[in-house]
Amino acid sequence: MTGAREGERARAPRTFLGMPRTRPAAFPQAAVAATEDATLRGNLTHATHTIRGKRAAAVAELPDWDRLRAAGAAIKDDTLRHLDRYLEQLEAAVTAAGGHVHWAVDAAEANAIVTRLVRETGADEVVKVKSMATQEIGLNEALAEAGIRAYETDLAELIVQLGDDLPSHILVPAIHKNRGEIRDIFRDRMADWGRPAPAGLGDRPAELAEAARLHLREKFLGAKVAVSGANFMVAESGTMVVLESEGNGRMCLTLPETLISVVGIEKVVPTWRDLEVFLQLLPRSSTAERMNPYTSTWSGPAEDDGPRDFHLVLLDNGRTDTLSDQVGRQALRCIRCSACLNVCPVYERAGGHAYGSAYPGPIGAILTPQLRGTASALDASLPYASTLCGACYEVCPVAIDIPEVLVHLRTRVAEGGTYTVRGTKAVIKPAKGHAAERAAMRAARWTMDRPRAYGAALRATTGTRRLHPRRLPGPGKAWSATRDLPPVPQEPFRAWWRRTRGAGS
Amino acid sequence: MRVALFVTCVNDTLYPHTGRAVVTLLERLGVAVDFPLAQSCCGQVQFNTGYRRETRPLARRYADVFAGYEYVVTPSGSCAAMVRDNYPRLGEPAAAAVAPRTYELTEFLTDVLKVTDVGAYYPYTVTYHPTCHGLRMLGLGDRPRQLLTHVKGLTLRELEGADECCGFGGTFALKNPAVSAAMGADKARHVEESGAQAVCAADNSCLMHIGGTLARRGSPVRPVHIAEILASTEGDVR
Repeated sequence: MTGAREGERARAPRTFLGMPRTRPAAFPQAAVAATEDATLRGNLTHATHTIRGKRAAAVAELPDWDRLRAAGAAIKDDTLRHLDRYLEQLEAAVTAAGGHVHWAVDAAEANAIVTRLVRETGADEVVKVKSMATQEIGLNEALAEAGIRAYETDLAELIVQLGDDLPSHILVPAIHKNRGEIRDIFRDRMADWGRPAPAGLGDRPAELAEAARLHLREKFLGAKVAVSGANFMVAESGTMVVLESEGNGRMCLTLPETLISVVGIEKVVPTWRDLEVFLQLLPRSSTAERMNPYTSTWSGPAEDDGPRDFHLVLLDNGRTDTLSDQVGRQALRCIRCSACLNVCPVYERAGGHAYGSAYPGPIGAILTPQLRGTASALDASLPYASTLCGACYEVCPVAIDIPEVLVHLRTRVAEGGTYTVRGTKAVIKPAKGHAAERAAMRAARWTMDRPRAYGAALRATTGTRRLHPRRLPGPGKAWSATRDLPPVPQEPFRAWWRRTRGAGS
Repeated sequence: MRVALFVTCVNDTLYPHTGRAVVTLLERLGVAVDFPLAQSCCGQVQFNTGYRRETRPLARRYADVFAGYEYVVTPSGSCAAMVRDNYPRLGEPAAAAVAPRTYELTEFLTDVLKVTDVGAYYPYTVTYHPTCHGLRMLGLGDRPRQLLTHVKGLTLRELEGADECCGFGGTFALKNPAVSAAMGADKARHVEESGAQAVCAADNSCLMHIGGTLARRGSPVRPVHIAEILASTEGDVR
C-alpha cells in the first residue's frame, strides 16, 4: 500500500490486535478458567445454542443459499485478487465525493491518524459505533492516552466498557455476562461515565435497555466527532456501508460534525450489485434476521445533512501479508458474522477471552496468527484450538475452509517455512516448545514406514498388556486425568490375520 | 469382488476385534478381503498436527500398498477422510490417485455394495454418534443409521446434540485437555441420557475418548464400533 504515511517511520511496523495488558497465556491454559466456571458455561451454552438454532432456520428459508454462499466467496476472492485496483478506485471515488482517505500500514499508524484528526476538531471525546477494526488496533486505549474519551454506544459494547472488561464475541460482545451482572455494572459504573443509572434499576431487559438509552442519548446529542468502522465499502461509488441493529449507529453516523471510519482494506467490494449478495448472507448468518434492521450508507459528506467532514482510514495491519499466503488468504473473505463462533464446541467451552484478540472463535484462530504472526506462545497455540470438527466451515457464509487453514497454520508453527512478514519474504523458524512433539512425530513416522519395526512395536505393546497402567504419569496425564485408557488386546489385528490367513498378500 | 482392508494403526493396535468384524461382515456379503501386510498408518496425526513432512512418506507407502486395488475399505471415518480429502493436498500424485478409491466401511456398504440390510442381529438398545470427519468431510449423512435401522433386534435411541464433536480431535485431546474433557463430559452425559446400552460410531478413536470418559464416570454404557454390530448375527448372541 502506498500513500501518505504518518507517525515515526523509523520504527518497524507492528501488528497489534487490541488485546490485553499483560502477556497472555497460551490458549489451553487460558481456557481452563472458563471450563471450570459453571455460570459462564451456562451463559455461553444458552446463548450460542439459541443463536445457532435461529440461524439454521433463517438460512433454511432460502432455497438458493448454497449459490449465494458460492457467490459471496467468489466476489470476495475476485476482489482480493485485484485488491490494489479496487482500493485505488475506492480512494478516487471517496475523494471525488469530498471525503479524505488515509492509509495506515499498522495499528500505531492508524491510531496516530485518528488521534490527530480528533485533535484538529478541538474535541476531547468521540462517540463510537461498534467496529471490529478499532478493537483490533486498540483505538480506545490510544485515544485515552491522548486525553480523548471514546464512548461505545452499542448496548453490549457499553456493558463491556463500563465493566472495564473485554469483548468475548463478535456479535454479542457481552455474551459472558448475564442480566444480573449487567444490572450491577450499570448501577455501579454509569455515573463515572455520564448520566447515572436510574434509581432502583432492576434486571429486566426493558429496564436495562432504557437505562442504556438514557445514558447514551446525552452522548449522541453532545458529540462533535464519531468513529465507526464499515461492513463494506463500494469501490465504484466510494460508499461506506454499516449494518447494525440498535439505531445507535445511525445516530453516530449522522449527528456529529466529523465522521472518521477505520476500515480494513479487505472490506471493499467492487459494485453495488455485489452488495446485494452480502446483504442477504450477513444478516441471516449473524443475527438470523431476514433483513438487517439499520443499514446506513454514505458517500462522502453532504452539504446540509449529516457530518460535514468525512475521513476514511484504510487499515492494513497484517492483511497484505495474509493476502500473500495462498491457503491462508481465504480468511480475508470474512464478513464478521460470527456464525462460526456460535457453532464451535471449543468456543462454547473456552469462551472468547481465551483467544486473546478482538477476534475469538474459529475465525480468530485463523485470523490472529496470520495478522499478528505465530511468535508468541498464545498465537502459536491458536491454530491448535480446534478439534477440526468442521462445524465452522459448514456455516460460514463465504465458505472459508477454516479446518484447512488451521492445519496449514499448524504446519507453519510446527515446521516453519517461508512466509511474507510485513511485506517481505522471511523464513519463519518452527515455534518453540515443539521439540518433544517433533521427535515423537518423526519416530512414529519412522516406525510406521518400516513394516518390521511397526510389527515389533505392535508385539511389544500387546506383549506387555498386563503391565499397562490405567492412569498415566507425566504428559500422559492429559489423557488419563479424565478418561480411562482402553485395554490392550492379546494380539494385534495383523497377528490374528497371519495366524488365521497365513502370510496374506 | 475383491477389496483391500485398510485396518488403520489404531485398530491394528488397540481394536483388532473391529478389523475382524469388518472381515467377517464383508466375507458374509460375498466380498473377498485382502490385508496387505505392508500397510501401517495414513499419517493423519502427523498431518493434522502440522507435520506435513512426516506425512508424505506414509502417504506414499499407502499409495504403494493399495495401488493395485479398485476398492480400499477402512473402518474409520477420519482415516478415510484423511486419504480422500488431504492426500490430494500433499503434492504426491500417487497418493492423490488412490484417494478416490478409498471408502469408509458404511459408505462402501451402501454406495458400492448397495445394501442396507446386512443380515445382522444385535438385541440391544444403541445410540449412534456421527463422528465429525465422517459427517462433514465424507458427507456420510444417514448411511450409518440406514444400516443400523435394518439390524434385527436393535433399538436405536436418539442422541441429544448428536452432530456435536465429542472433543477427541487427535492431539487436541492432549494439547487442550480441559476443553476436550468438558466436551467429552457433555457427550457422555447425552449418551447416558439416551438410555442406550451401547454407543456406536464408525471411528474407534472417537469411541476411545467417549468410552474412556464413560468408564471414568462409572457408566455401564459400552462403546462399540458399528462394524461389530453389523457383523453380529444370531449365532453370536445367545
